[in-house]
Amino acid sequence: MMGTWPSRLVFACFGLFLAAPLAVVAGVAVNEKKSLTFPPEGFSLSWFGEIFANPEWFSALLASVGVAASASVLAVLIALPIAWFLWRWHAPFARIVQVLGLAPFILPPVITALGFLAFWSELGLYGEPWTVVISHGIFFVTLPLVTLTLGFDAIDGALVEAAATMGADEKTVLRTIVFPLIRPYIVSGLAFAFVLSLNEYIVAYMVVGFTVETLPIKIFNALRYGYTPTMAAVSILFVAVAAAVFGLIARFGDLPRLMGAWSPRDE
Amino acid sequence: MSKPSPRRLADYAPIAFPAGMLLAFFVVPFGIMIAISFYHRVQGGFYEPAFEFANYERFLTAFFGGVLGFSLGLSSLVAVVAVLLAFPFTWLLVRQRRQVQVIWLVFLLSVLSLSEVIIGFAWSTLFSKTAGITNLFVALGLMDQAVSLYPSFGAVLAGMVYQAFPYTVLVLYPALSRLDPTLVEAARTLGASPFRAFFNVIVPSLRNTILATIIMVFVFALGSYLLPQLLGRPQQWTLSVLITDQAIYQSNMPFASAMAVFLVLVSLGLVGLSLLFGQREKA
Repeated sequence: MMGTWPSRLVFACFGLFLAAPLAVVAGVAVNEKKSLTFPPEGFSLSWFGEIFANPEWFSALLASVGVAASASVLAVLIALPIAWFLWRWHAPFARIVQVLGLAPFILPPVITALGFLAFWSELGLYGEPWTVVISHGIFFVTLPLVTLTLGFDAIDGALVEAAATMGADEKTVLRTIVFPLIRPYIVSGLAFAFVLSLNEYIVAYMVVGFTVETLPIKIFNALRYGYTPTMAAVSILFVAVAAAVFGLIARFGDLPRLMGAWSPRDE
Repeated sequence: MSKPSPRRLADYAPIAFPAGMLLAFFVVPFGIMIAISFYHRVQGGFYEPAFEFANYERFLTAFFGGVLGFSLGLSSLVAVVAVLLAFPFTWLLVRQRRQVQVIWLVFLLSVLSLSEVIIGFAWSTLFSKTAGITNLFVALGLMDQAVSLYPSFGAVLAGMVYQAFPYTVLVLYPALSRLDPTLVEAARTLGASPFRAFFNVIVPSLRNTILATIIMVFVFALGSYLLPQLLGRPQQWTLSVLITDQAIYQSNMPFASAMAVFLVLVSLGLVGLSLLFGQREKA
């Protein structure tokens, strides 16, 4: 195995590469004046306050959180029955549904975005604010589908059999055994879909770009008219939200396993 | 324990909702897009049903060929650079203590989930004249005065590698963390240096995983849409940008759809190829 200091050096270099752009953005976000300078001149957190005080930024924040919250719930509602069905029954045709659920995430996002644009325009619903919730819910179904499939795979079959032997019917098994074991995977699937929906640009832009301003759309629009420190503050807020959510998943769940470090079949 | 097959119609009920949703909101939109790609464009931003290949014939123009060639070339370069960087990194990561791995995973996921808008904005700030990295070089005496490093091809490449790096690590992570540790131990016992063990044992035994990962990252990079716009010049715009431009600003849905269908075929073909490589490794 490699000695510790060369690998520490490698980690330090990659850490620097990943953190450098964010560090500069954090720096410009605390500038006292409305200028793009680094290192920052003076120190002020007022640009973070601006996200909540400025009605334009605040309504974009509310729109983003609202879309992400409802879309992630919808994604889980679609993914949960698929994952459960594949675990409960031997049904090859259900694999097709699973592949459909995985497809949006593997294809370049612009394709899904254009499909939705064509679809909602044909229905005459183009620009309706709620269409982005369905679009994101479908687009991000992959994430809860992956976490939930892992979760069902991890259920010890002996537990279910024991419950059935002792007379529990299917509903009781679901309520007392399956659901408690699956709950952490539901939560992480929700969290993944929430964070990614919060950050998503192209689907939201193509579907409701001219009627609803989510935060990524707002940042992009603001960039066209030049720089304002609020966009730096929003960016840092998003990094913080993502780090907090994934940190919580790691704290209460098994992140290496969710990322595929080992599967129960390998045991 | 072998699972039973569904017997009664009621057994199928739970999957009806997700299947219906995916059918209505993923398969149908896809079908509409394919249909529109054969429609006839009418001036003024509309189109009418038709069955013509005019939109696909535009692929033969030099302009489209240029954009396509550039997109494919850029995505290949991003994929190769990202895998070259991520493979040794992931190999070191999976041998760290669990605690260290978890911290890195949280960090990587946080960067991966960042909006392309934010990544583009962050790199444009890092490459800017007033707040950028060149100020650091000036302070260190490496440069005479600060300059702006974007828009440029290098800036697009840096931004896209940055975006692809966490994805690449997470694609490689399962394969590398499940790799049999005795392989390296055996090589080391037989007297190989850590570097020789890495290049002569680890890399060859994961050749198919590496190929499959390069393809996955290539498809991921094809989807990059904002970075070429925020960090590059119009010459560096990719197929994703062109599709959006045609759909939204030129109101030419038929041509945008034709390009999207083409992109689907390329992506599906490549994903199929990567699954094939991945499968071979397991056998």
